[in-house]
Amino acid sequence: MSRYFTEDHEWIDVEGDTATVGITDYAQGQLGDIVFVELPDVGAMVDKGKDAAVVESVKAASDVYAPISGEVVESNSALDDDPALVNTSPEEDGWFFKLTIGDKAELDGLMDAKAYANFVESL
Amino acid sequence: MSAPNKTGWKPAMNADGEMMAVTATYTGNRALMLDEALIFEIGSTETTGVDLPDAPLPAANRLGGFERRDPIGLPGLSEPETVRHYTRLSRQNYAIDLGLFPLGSCTMKHNPRLNEKVARMPGFADVHPLQPVGTVRGALEVMNELAFWLIELTGMHGVAMSPKAGAHGELCGILCIRAALEARGDARKVVLCPESAHGTNPATAAFAGYQVEDIPATAEGRVDLEALKARLGPDVAAVMITNPNTCGLFERDMKAISDAVHEAGAFVYCDGANFNAIVGRVRPGDLGVDAMHINLHKTFSTPHGGGGPGSGPVVLSEALSPYGPLPFTARTADGVVHLVEEENTGAFDHTQSFGRMTAFHGQMGMFTRALTYILSHGADGLKQVSEDAVLNANYILRSLEDVLHAPFAASGPCMHEAIFGDKGFAAGLSTLDLAKGLIDEGFHPMTMYFPLVVHGAMLVEPTETESKAALDQFIGALRSVAERAIAGDESLKTAPHFAPRRRLDETLAARKPVLAWSDPGMD
Repeated sequence: MSRYFTEDHEWIDVEGDTATVGITDYAQGQLGDIVFVELPDVGAMVDKGKDAAVVESVKAASDVYAPISGEVVESNSALDDDPALVNTSPEEDGWFFKLTIGDKAELDGLMDAKAYANFVESL
Repeated sequence: MSAPNKTGWKPAMNADGEMMAVTATYTGNRALMLDEALIFEIGSTETTGVDLPDAPLPAANRLGGFERRDPIGLPGLSEPETVRHYTRLSRQNYAIDLGLFPLGSCTMKHNPRLNEKVARMPGFADVHPLQPVGTVRGALEVMNELAFWLIELTGMHGVAMSPKAGAHGELCGILCIRAALEARGDARKVVLCPESAHGTNPATAAFAGYQVEDIPATAEGRVDLEALKARLGPDVAAVMITNPNTCGLFERDMKAISDAVHEAGAFVYCDGANFNAIVGRVRPGDLGVDAMHINLHKTFSTPHGGGGPGSGPVVLSEALSPYGPLPFTARTADGVVHLVEEENTGAFDHTQSFGRMTAFHGQMGMFTRALTYILSHGADGLKQVSEDAVLNANYILRSLEDVLHAPFAASGPCMHEAIFGDKGFAAGLSTLDLAKGLIDEGFHPMTMYFPLVVHGAMLVEPTETESKAALDQFIGALRSVAERAIAGDESLKTAPHFAPRRRLDETLAARKPVLAWSDPGMD
């Protein structure tokens, strides 16, 4: 399994043809206490760079963009009852949705953990 | 007999019934600042403020067995108890009549008492929207006169008076644009919204069925004209732009933006919520705007506490005017003002109208106040209003830029809003903490965390009606709290310390909202 990161502060775990998407620890820290997460429906097609989910904190509501294109195969229903999972475990239990990978080439421009750490450092 | 408080809970207690402060009083009051319990906790179902004869039972009704059988359980209060309850609550409110209200999202400026006097005249206050037109000639005259001045002040061609507030006005403008596009058989799908626009702009476009796309802001906080030009094309219906924008800046390229948008066959919607910074100085019609709402409850000082009532007339360009909503007023050569309610009325044909925004004619009380404000200020007065609003905001910006991060301080003078960010605060201290500290200083906090392009944004709108002395006191308070935030004063994290309530748990309130009162004695 390999993990990629985007400049919009999402992480993507790739396992075979499936990708799991969530927001990074840095992102949850910036957003503050998460109070609501709106997830895409299973079966929905999402396009790279377009809105896929909404995350709402006490400060603001923010769009979460699809890091790659694909079909949503599962969304994390645990976030319906406990959106705080995004704060306590952003990069494990607080994952948002899983999707099929339409085009592996879309992963090429993404960052690895080290590059993302440098990116965050530069902000 | 008034039933005693069943639980013994007092406002100074926490949810577990423990008194919250060491110095808590028996009553929960602080000297003559009275705390107040919920009406359900002080009322009793056996008390009433009115004495009515018992209804004959069983009463005849046509509810078919659905009539209520159980007591409704509403709290009853005597008249003096009722008066005290609401008066005590009103004393806990913070209002523009108590002090400076720097909330940038709404212009919390003084509401001249002359406006109130005029609005309360029975000929305006007591009219009904369904009474015969011949009996409301004065009210129609006010609507028509106000419409004239709104068109005059904005340099536009027509105006829709019925929208109820800013976002409603935005929808009206976008529906005019859609009707104009449909009339030429041009189904465009995209509305562009710059990052410096109000959050309601993309919401309006989405609500009207358009796809919304962002246009980035430049580092100085204005629309990126080149990025906008690059995105314009045959699929773009409109650009929604806020000017002055949410970074507190005037969009200097507005004319160039409008020209480019028109060249691409699209329309320009301008969010006029910030018109109070430029009224009497700039006419949006000269900048190529096709539609703009005017918040009477902001620019023209009609009171807007607690979310209403608003009024958002929409001025329209010549290209959009034929598509504006019904009803509207129009004066004939004989001087009589008519109310046009239908599309086909002979002299006032308006057959291309997209329809209605409201059942009736708009907010009469706001119309009366706004016209009073415009006429009592006059041309020179309105110009001074916007000059003073801008001067006051710049005074705050320049007085605090040495202590608070001011991201657009180098972009030239701000308009009527000064923007600061949280850069430089000690680790662990945030804009929220500063805002809570400001409550302890006796001020309503400014707008926080908006616009999104500024980290930890604080948007301060002082308005034109504050004196230099009032501004100096506010600046002193904000400086003091900002210095504490920079120095890492931990006590800010638990502010407010002196308010009727301490720091509220906003997270819990949002995650597990309790929206209905339940009687703790019934558990």
